[in-house]
Amino acid sequence: MPVLTYRDALNHALREEMERDPDVFLMGEEVGVYQGAYKVSRGLLQQFGDRRVIDTPIAELGFAGIGVGAAMVGLRPVIEFMTWNFALLAIDEVVNSAAKMLYMSGGQIPIPIVFRGPGGAALQLGAQHSQAFESWLANVPGLKVVAPATPYDAKGLLKSAIRDDNPVIFLEGEMLYNNKGEIPEGEYTVPLGLADVKRAGTDVTIVCHSKTVATAEKAARQLAGEHGLEAEVVDLRTIRPLDTETLLASVRKTNRCVIVEEGWPFCGVGAQVVDEIQRHAFDDLDAPVERVTGADVPMPYNKLLERAAKPSVDAVIGAARRAAYVD
Amino acid sequence: MATRVVMEALSPTMEEGRIVTWLKAEGAAVQVGDVLAEVETDKAVMELQARGDGVLRKVLAPAGATVEVGKLVAVIAAASEDISGLVAAAGAAAPPRTTHPPAAEAAALPRPTAPPPAAPPHATPIPAAEAAWAAGAQSARVATATAGPAASAARVKASPLAKRLARERGIDLRIVTGSGPGGRVIRRDVDAAPVAAAATAAPAAHAAAFEDVPLTQIRKTIARRLVESLGPVPHFFLTTEADMERAWEAREALNALGEEPKISFNDLIVKVVAVALARHRECNAWWQGESIRYFTDVHIGMAVAVDQGLITPVIRNADRKTLREIAAESRNLVERARARRLKPEEYTGGTFSVSNLGMFGIDEFTALINPPEAGIIACGAISQQPVIRDGAVAVRRRMRLTMSCDHRVIDGATGARLLQTVRQLLENPLAMVW
Repeated sequence: MPVLTYRDALNHALREEMERDPDVFLMGEEVGVYQGAYKVSRGLLQQFGDRRVIDTPIAELGFAGIGVGAAMVGLRPVIEFMTWNFALLAIDEVVNSAAKMLYMSGGQIPIPIVFRGPGGAALQLGAQHSQAFESWLANVPGLKVVAPATPYDAKGLLKSAIRDDNPVIFLEGEMLYNNKGEIPEGEYTVPLGLADVKRAGTDVTIVCHSKTVATAEKAARQLAGEHGLEAEVVDLRTIRPLDTETLLASVRKTNRCVIVEEGWPFCGVGAQVVDEIQRHAFDDLDAPVERVTGADVPMPYNKLLERAAKPSVDAVIGAARRAAYVD
Repeated sequence: MATRVVMEALSPTMEEGRIVTWLKAEGAAVQVGDVLAEVETDKAVMELQARGDGVLRKVLAPAGATVEVGKLVAVIAAASEDISGLVAAAGAAAPPRTTHPPAAEAAALPRPTAPPPAAPPHATPIPAAEAAWAAGAQSARVATATAGPAASAARVKASPLAKRLARERGIDLRIVTGSGPGGRVIRRDVDAAPVAAAATAAPAAHAAAFEDVPLTQIRKTIARRLVESLGPVPHFFLTTEADMERAWEAREALNALGEEPKISFNDLIVKVVAVALARHRECNAWWQGESIRYFTDVHIGMAVAVDQGLITPVIRNADRKTLREIAAESRNLVERARARRLKPEEYTGGTFSVSNLGMFGIDEFTALINPPEAGIIACGAISQQPVIRDGAVAVRRRMRLTMSCDHRVIDGATGARLLQTVRQLLENPLAMVW
């Protein structure tokens, strides 16, 4: 099976969907001539021309609004934000226009748009450029929120996102773009709203998504090798709609749960997951659900402080041991 | 996958256990349910069972070692599986303490609420028998009745899963010691608890049939005021003296049949008290703080002195058993109590207790109530006494009985009626027959 980077997996998804459907187009800063700030759109301008691969000014609110308008008249725009930090400038179009249009038009005007770009922290980009917004965005009815961890999932989920008739928030990661993984030849999609058990286990469920999947998997390996605990790693893949069925099946098996996310703790994705678990799997819980999150502070620039503020393998191991009453 | 073999809480109050002997050697193939080792708890020698299939790969706590509940003592795994991580992790923790048996026993004794005697633990047990009643009685028996974190009528802290499993398996969480934070009962505690229970008794045998009657206002007021004035268990005492001539004859006649086992006066007392309780349910009860639990079944706790302590094995449904059955069961329980081989469900769940120091020549004494039970009857020695009978002095065999009552449950007249029935039955044992 061919091995591709996460970046190229996204590139393939865009290319295949643009070949498949002439209504699909890509718009954003540096997506065309520069081939993408992170080279996700490499070669697309050459293949599809500047009517379908459109460079914009540095004006997020403007091109997000053009995207919503284009979707209203039947096109299927893919709007690239150079990072989700810059999308804050466009949030009115995302939340007030894209998310609500179908509802406020009485079902007449679907908005089949994808807003995509890297989210979360990379390395030493400072407080304003190191933020994970999935819980903000997942809070809004009308938006779907997707955050793939692997090249396989990135390609399959982006294709599903482009074909979906609702606005989809697609969160990538600067630290994920170079990750490699096997991609099957030919056509496949990964459905939205389906979590994936990345590693089977019996003693504790570790819920994660995006970059924290790697953290969880590494923690799981150490837990098995050094702590005698078999962790089950559940990658949410889609934050909203949340795949509670897979989550609950795992927790009912392990009776314990640790949730790992890059974002801030307060009202985070993990808080929502805890809510589902305590309500629907109360009698299956042997321990309080543990959470490992980013520190509740603006991201420090200092390298050591930044490392300390991110969810770590050690923190996940500690939480899993607490949940399993090993300590 | 490797199975961690940990020191399990094999009795309600157990905090650590001593490995007496390993019954499986390293390298032996084991299956779920196999007995791996014998473990001496604070009350008995119990079996530690395998909870996984595989090979007993590593024994971490040798025979003689004393290990805290929850700590790793061995590893079961597939023959080829790498267990170095598990073993290394266990090695990093504090090693088990290897102690000589007497010291281990001393460490494993129930923690008395009264300060321990200044004498060393191997002080002579015989004179200590009375002291056991005076001081040890309360502490040891409180430990059996209200084990672990569930002291008093406080709610048991348990994980939702532990509660569900306990419900499904018919386990009383009050007798399970929690190993989680703050004494929380968690899955592994419930998993450890039922080994014995599931092996022997059906849930129905363990939990007596009962009816919870909410407290009336007057009952609440009596309870509150008595507690304020007299302390946690407001005792009062009733004493009577029974003529034992006919009981004596009955016992002689029964034992003259030559059948085994012989019937003792203690067996007779257990039977009489049980029958009397069946007629006076108001004394066959537990004080539960917010309610009083009146039992329909009569389970008699029988105080038994053991080395350095006291334990109350329970004879279930004693009112419905024959004297012969009680005698056989009582011998068996006492022998195993002295050998420290009682299972937890055999010394918990009593609805009322009796205590007998007649064999020590004690004329009369008061026993302390075993909470949450509401009463206990203490019997002295049977001795020949001069009594006035039909206007003349006669020599009769007499026995003094003292009933301790929890005044929150039993009022003076209520207790007196029970004791009156007990006396009548002892004086005319035939009355038990019809």
